Amino acid sequence: MTLLAVNGLHKSFGGVVAARDVTFTVARGEMLAIIGPNGAGKSTVFNMVGGQLRPDRGQVLLDGQDITHASPQKRFRRGVGRTFQVAQTFLSMSAAENVQMALISCNRQSNGLWRPASERHRDKAVELLSRVGMAEAADTPCSALAYGDVKRVELAIALAGQPKLLLMDEPTAGMAPRERAALMDLTASIAEAQGIGVLFTEHDMDVVFGHAARVLVLLRGQIIAAGTPDQVRQDEQVKRAYLGDARALEPLRGVSPA
Amino acid sequence: MATTSTIRWLAFGAALALGAPAAQAQQAPIKIGELNSYAQWAAFTVPYRNGWQMALDEINAKGGVLGRKIEIVSRDDGATTGSATRVADELVSREGVSLLFGSFLSNVGVAMADYANQKKIVYIAAEPLTDAVTMAQGNRYTFRIRPNNFMQVGMLVDQAKASGAKRWAIVAPNYEYGQSAAAVFKRLIQERVPGAQIVAEQYPALGKIEAGATASAIEQAKPDGIFNVLFGPDLTQFVREGNTRGLFEDTTVLSLLTGEPEWLLPLKDEVPEGWTVTGYPWDEIKEPKHKAFIDAYRAKYNDTPRLGSLLGYMVMTMIGDSIERAGSTETDAIIKALEDAKFDTVIGPVTMRGIDNQATMGAWVGKLVLKGAAGGMTDWTYQDGASFMPTEAEVKAVRKD
Amino acid sequence: MPALDPAFLAVQALSGLSSASSLFITACGLTIVFGVTRIVNFAHGSLYMIGAYTAATLVPRLLELSFGPVTFWAGILISAIIVGLIGVIIEVLLLRRIYGAPELFQLLATFGVVLVVQDLVVQVFGPQDILGPRAPGLRAPVEILGRRFPSYELVLIAAGPIVLGLVWLLLRKTRFGVLVRAATQDRDMVASLGVNQALLFTGTLFLGAFLAGLGGALQIPRVSANTGMDLSIIAEAFVVTVVGGMGSVPGAFLAALIIGQLQAFGILIFPKSTLVVVFLLMAVVLAIRPYGFFGRAEIGGGTHAVGIASRSPLPGRGLILLIVIAVLAAFPLVADAYLLKVATEILIFALFAFSLQLLIGVGGIVSFGHAAFFGLGAYGAALAVKWYGVSMEAALPLGLALAALGAGLAGAFVVRLSGIYLAMMTLAAAQILYAVAFQWVEVTGGDNGIVGVWPSSWASGPIPYYLLTAALTLITVLLLKRIIDAPFGYALRAARDSEARAEAIGLKVRQHRWLAFMIAGAAAGLAGGIYAFSRGSVDPSLLGISTSVDALTMLLLGGIQTVVGPLVGAAALHGLRDWIMPLTSLWRLLLGLSIIAMVLIFPRGLVGTVRDWWGARA
Repeated sequence: MTLLAVNGLHKSFGGVVAARDVTFTVARGEMLAIIGPNGAGKSTVFNMVGGQLRPDRGQVLLDGQDITHASPQKRFRRGVGRTFQVAQTFLSMSAAENVQMALISCNRQSNGLWRPASERHRDKAVELLSRVGMAEAADTPCSALAYGDVKRVELAIALAGQPKLLLMDEPTAGMAPRERAALMDLTASIAEAQGIGVLFTEHDMDVVFGHAARVLVLLRGQIIAAGTPDQVRQDEQVKRAYLGDARALEPLRGVSPA
Repeated sequence: MATTSTIRWLAFGAALALGAPAAQAQQAPIKIGELNSYAQWAAFTVPYRNGWQMALDEINAKGGVLGRKIEIVSRDDGATTGSATRVADELVSREGVSLLFGSFLSNVGVAMADYANQKKIVYIAAEPLTDAVTMAQGNRYTFRIRPNNFMQVGMLVDQAKASGAKRWAIVAPNYEYGQSAAAVFKRLIQERVPGAQIVAEQYPALGKIEAGATASAIEQAKPDGIFNVLFGPDLTQFVREGNTRGLFEDTTVLSLLTGEPEWLLPLKDEVPEGWTVTGYPWDEIKEPKHKAFIDAYRAKYNDTPRLGSLLGYMVMTMIGDSIERAGSTETDAIIKALEDAKFDTVIGPVTMRGIDNQATMGAWVGKLVLKGAAGGMTDWTYQDGASFMPTEAEVKAVRKD
Repeated sequence: MPALDPAFLAVQALSGLSSASSLFITACGLTIVFGVTRIVNFAHGSLYMIGAYTAATLVPRLLELSFGPVTFWAGILISAIIVGLIGVIIEVLLLRRIYGAPELFQLLATFGVVLVVQDLVVQVFGPQDILGPRAPGLRAPVEILGRRFPSYELVLIAAGPIVLGLVWLLLRKTRFGVLVRAATQDRDMVASLGVNQALLFTGTLFLGAFLAGLGGALQIPRVSANTGMDLSIIAEAFVVTVVGGMGSVPGAFLAALIIGQLQAFGILIFPKSTLVVVFLLMAVVLAIRPYGFFGRAEIGGGTHAVGIASRSPLPGRGLILLIVIAVLAAFPLVADAYLLKVATEILIFALFAFSLQLLIGVGGIVSFGHAAFFGLGAYGAALAVKWYGVSMEAALPLGLALAALGAGLAGAFVVRLSGIYLAMMTLAAAQILYAVAFQWVEVTGGDNGIVGVWPSSWASGPIPYYLLTAALTLITVLLLKRIIDAPFGYALRAARDSEARAEAIGLKVRQHRWLAFMIAGAAAGLAGGIYAFSRGSVDPSLLGISTSVDALTMLLLGGIQTVVGPLVGAAALHGLRDWIMPLTSLWRLLLGLSIIAMVLIFPRGLVGTVRDWWGARA
């Protein structure tokens, strides 16, 4: 069943077309990866789905509802959660408070002026942290966590809004190779268990071919290929796009193309 | 070495700790609070401080008053109303002064008058000229020695009658002093010069004049008389722009205070000749007592006196006389000693009128002239303040006490 | 308004052009320095003032040696070079150390330089205003449509475009200029080019200071060098750079032209509101174009927010609170009237600084105009007393309401901005209010202020008024603390830490910031109202830059990263001021040096340092 439907998205900056007639869908529980060389338009497409950019043309539908012009805040309320390429958490707060903040916002209590924030939704927050394996660090300030752990906390924040769709921009960027697989395994299991659709961009082909159910390949703002990892890997156009470096698309343990 | 300096510090500390009570046991000095805009309006206030310091030294050299020395606790008043009353509060409640004197700007003077009334302590305004200090905002605790706006403008308007000028422009700084002087001028020129009208009014913010634009806006109204209240940096810039544009040619100009050396000297050779001004031709006043004052001042400070010097000297000697006459430093006794008292000053007798606590000190009125490389006054006369004061009826109508 | 005589209009327009030219020369230096270093240099006005003083002192001496136009212009140029070298000294000693610091610290440190220079100028040049000589050969006026116009002003009118042209050549045709432009566009790029950055920045400061000094030196034939020049020019130069777009030289030129004409003709239409129009222009431009005419948003957000972080609650804080209340309540038993007065003021400033902490420490909103709301509270209360004769009990809430309303209005514009533009907008808001209070004489009393604002009789003695202040301050601070710990305070911190994350979890960042502005404004307004009644009067200085800086200094002194920092900072600063100010005429010098020292070696403040020391010991 279709969760996210993107129809004919188009965006240009000045004379440069960053996205041309981009159309795809994401189903519940499905993990869809967008790949492409630098400057292919991945971030542009991603930010149009996330609400940070306005498309020139086209539509974004979530559960059949048009969210093309909705603000990031509205998308959050409709069930879009996201993580950022450089993890964005509230560094002055503890891990639990980070998640509590998301829960407070989710419950529309962010204008509360009386009961302390740290006392609200504490149990639920710890439960979410334990789901990403961070329960023990609940009271550690985010600024004191290792980057990999910060990424997990960020995932917990995104999950606090009970999203239907999770947007992950380069989820494993900046992490050690071993941590990458662990994070993506975790994401996949949660997505499957809760029927969350996941749309992610990724440089690490291990991550892409190991976790994505389907892969979209963008080149100069256009989708040049779409399908299962195996189909994409065999696509001639894709091979050429990666400058003839077919090996870049091979699953090679421990090597990560930049 | 370390020991010596430690001992010195200990001795210093002991002196501080013991000094005060020990002095009290003999004859504690009479503490008087003084505050003025020494940082912001140094041109006037530094000579003024020299003046009162000289008088103070003379008084104390003769043994002080009531057998006690006088000690002045002097502060910068910050040139704003709030800062001045705050400083006054410190002088009164921490230093325990018996009375206050000083301040430069008229708005500060008004706030100080209000403060004096609230705290029931005598305040003698030094420079502030607005009528309000002794009229609308006047109270039994507030006194003034200089001739106020009403008196000085009155002297100038009398001079204006002969000029025949009818179309008048006013330029004044936009605060209490300027507003008060402009209001008095409007009233007096229309009362005393039949057919006179005001054709232009410019009120630049104090210290922030756009001189070129102001001069040209006045020029536009084609006045045949200009009444100027600007002083300090505003005046210098206005005069230069006006001279360049020929604004003052064939125009009668009446100007408050411009003949006082503190405002005349910065103009150097660009003195606008022919302006009718109030001022202080100190080097041409030949009365022996005044001459003696000038000689002593020049010997002591190696500088020529300003009006501030004279005023500081007069205020201090009058305070000394008043405390001596009062026989105590109690506020009520000092007020009694000040009201309707006659003082013999270096410029002759001056009376402190009791109904408005305004002294009869007058002003020198004359025309500006270039003497060598600097300006001076010519054709001047001393106008006694007594003949220009507001009438008793006028005072009673506006004063609230 | 007089009839529209073409000759008059022409002369007026020329006057406007000549002010525009002078303003541009100075503002151009400010905008170039900002472009390269990203520092808004408050001390730029001080450099202008030094230029004027130096030239007014130097040129007459040179003219005595040899009278002639060459000597005059050489003297102007030498003065500007001297100021350029002073700029180099400031860069090497101070700015170089704070390029990476949060904006708040940069602004405060350069304001520290302003304070130091104010006292030094009096020490070096004496307290008198100095009117410089007229330019030889330019003494006679020229006739324009039958009116005389100073020929020196014509030279000034030409000077602006000449400087624009020379700066343009410098930026386009030299390697230095290429680097300056590159740094203005992308600071990191220059770092990666392997350029000697230190030399580039020092050179830029020389250029900026030289232009400031030139601007000041060129004024000497028309304006006497005086100690108020620095703040009056810096306010206008800020407006020019912000309106033109920070870092944009052509933008500064255009903005200066507009402001020059606005002032020349504004004097005819609103002879008493010349100060307001300039800042209104800035507010309007920023409301329509948040980055000025030619400015651009900072890439990656130029802010480096520092502020309070979550801390586990102190054990026994209930007891500590009780002790604080007991000490405050028992203080009148041991203190004399004067000490009570000082304590009352400390409590008022503590409340004022604490309200600012909600914006800066919690929300990361660097307000440089918090005095606006303090002053609005004070004026609101005083106006209510003066015009409606209400009692203190009614006047205080009215002042608070006026401040909250003003904060709501200003905040609506401010929250749309970020970083340095936000700081400048808050400064503009405060300056507009200052100008209104200063020039709307009929209502506010102008410079005279309003006197006779005394408390109701039950509260009028030092002890009752102290107790009233202590109670109001304590209650408000506790309420604000509650708000800081509540979801609202956390939401502000969230937006400060990561705006993108805050939006992605559905927080309406602007709305929260707007509300924070109103709450902080209301609390500052309450402090202002209490202050008005403690002094018995209000005057425009309550709305002035120095009042805003006072609050910021208290924050910095106490520690921006702590909740109680501002309270301790208020006590420390006001206590020191009360103790030292009567003893010295160099208070501003001391204060300025202390601010600089704090930024450089003590950025965590008193409470922060003690806490770190305690934490390290434990």
